[in-house]
Amino acid sequence: MTAVIQAQGLGKRYGHGRRWALTDCTLDIPAGRVVGLVGPNGAGKTTLLNLATGMLAPTSGTIRVCGGRPAANPAQLAKVGYVAQDSPTYAGLSVADHLRLGARLNPGWDAALARARIGRLGLDPARKAGRLSGGQRAQLALTLGIAKRPQLLVLDEPVAALDPLARREFLQGLMEAVAEQALSVVLSSHLISDLEWACDYLIVLVDSRVQVAGEVEELLASHHRVSGPPPDPARLPAGHRAIAARHSDHQSTLIVRADAPIHDPAWTVGRLGLEDLVLAYMHQPASTDHNDRSTLEVQR
Amino acid sequence: MTWLTWRQFRAAAAMLFAALAALAATLALTGPDLADDYATGITACTTQPGGCSDFVPQFFQDHRGPFLGVTAVVLVLPALNGLFWGAPLLTRGLEAGTHRLVWNQSITRTRWLAVKLALTGLAAMTAAGLGSLAVSWWASPLDTAAAKAAGDGFPRMGPLLFDTRGIVPIAYVAFALGVTVGMLVRRTLAAMGITLAVFVAVQVAMPLLVRPHLAPPTRSTIQITAANLGALMARRNGLLQVAVKAPDTGAWVLSNHTVDASGHAVDTIPCP
Repeated sequence: MTAVIQAQGLGKRYGHGRRWALTDCTLDIPAGRVVGLVGPNGAGKTTLLNLATGMLAPTSGTIRVCGGRPAANPAQLAKVGYVAQDSPTYAGLSVADHLRLGARLNPGWDAALARARIGRLGLDPARKAGRLSGGQRAQLALTLGIAKRPQLLVLDEPVAALDPLARREFLQGLMEAVAEQALSVVLSSHLISDLEWACDYLIVLVDSRVQVAGEVEELLASHHRVSGPPPDPARLPAGHRAIAARHSDHQSTLIVRADAPIHDPAWTVGRLGLEDLVLAYMHQPASTDHNDRSTLEVQR
Repeated sequence: MTWLTWRQFRAAAAMLFAALAALAATLALTGPDLADDYATGITACTTQPGGCSDFVPQFFQDHRGPFLGVTAVVLVLPALNGLFWGAPLLTRGLEAGTHRLVWNQSITRTRWLAVKLALTGLAAMTAAGLGSLAVSWWASPLDTAAAKAAGDGFPRMGPLLFDTRGIVPIAYVAFALGVTVGMLVRRTLAAMGITLAVFVAVQVAMPLLVRPHLAPPTRSTIQITAANLGALMARRNGLLQVAVKAPDTGAWVLSNHTVDASGHAVDTIPCP
């Protein structure tokens, strides 16, 4: 299967000498996935998405999306839909105007799909976008992104400003579109709970670095919660890596990434939910040395 | 893209062109009468003793208000273009975040910018051109009279009329200035303020610092005779002030001074 996003050593720095917003990002995301990009605020999620959509040019490294350089030409632009943060729409233009805009600016525009979606959502075509609720505006922006018929749809924090009901409706609408069209999706959130049921591929971005990326099933299969007596770092076998650890006097709980099963009788091994897995990566201290992850990183 | 640009711009364009149409209609209704009055007046006064030296300044004085009014319209029109069309053209989208919507449709940013600049810029130039055309036509008898009305008149090449007649207002369209400032400061209100300030500065600097040096000035020495005597005023300190008409009444006088018979600049000349 072809890759929908390929990044090699991708990095972005705003201004000169300032902090890197994204460093050394290498990704190879297969097509047909719904990718959740998770990380705390300010981790570099928007930067990565802006690089993928060509809104920004990389400072270092390369990124290819659907086989081309992002935003290189109209044909490349037609392949990628982007619903940017806060779902920008023209406040002075009506819903119908937005659909006309989409039709005029996109050769692959699916007018029937757009009209059907707007009808199903119960949006009044004559209503100005500035007078829509946050949820309705997000749905309008999503409609523009979907009716463009892209190969890849990128959404930046699409549900952050929505109430729980609107959140669910938005994601359901998105999932219907994914089911109907052969669409790859990348959507970001600072909360995994928003994306948990929707995505089948996960990227955790913390402190401008990709901490982990992979198929959700594989990630769940390879991460374990183990508990036992306070550990001796040397006891952790090769191929096992502690992501997080919590210690009390008598007992330690570790989150371990292990490609092979853990057979140490001293440890009690349990399965890990996706949310806990993400939290473990998110709570990793801002380590300066990322090559030395096999040592235990002790928190608190 | 043309459609979107027009859709966003049409309300502002309609407002300005409606105002221009109203101005043009007013000028079209009053213009022929004004020209007639002037022509009749000139025909009448040329046969009188003393010629038209009374009629012309009087005619100009009578219409000074409207003359300055329409001239001011042409003067501020480019500034309005820069302020309300140029400065917000890109900044408003950046502030609202809508550039992130439009840049992700299937058109390149180059095309987006080109269409926006071309369409709005052409409209701004058309507006300035039409305004200038209508005012230049309407005011032509007054411009002639103003040039001849020595002392308090406005020569055609002088700062006010040069900037507000013919094609100069088109060149003065401050639209590009507004766009540039908008891109630099990226905030609409600040961009509008800076555009206005820079436009005023340019309007002041051009006639004061630049235009006098574009062509070498013509120097002429004229003799004070009865024919070119404009006015005589007795001053309290026993001096007699003499006003002299310039030989070329349309000329923009950059400087003048009185010289005596030997060519030295002097303030007073003893009465012969």
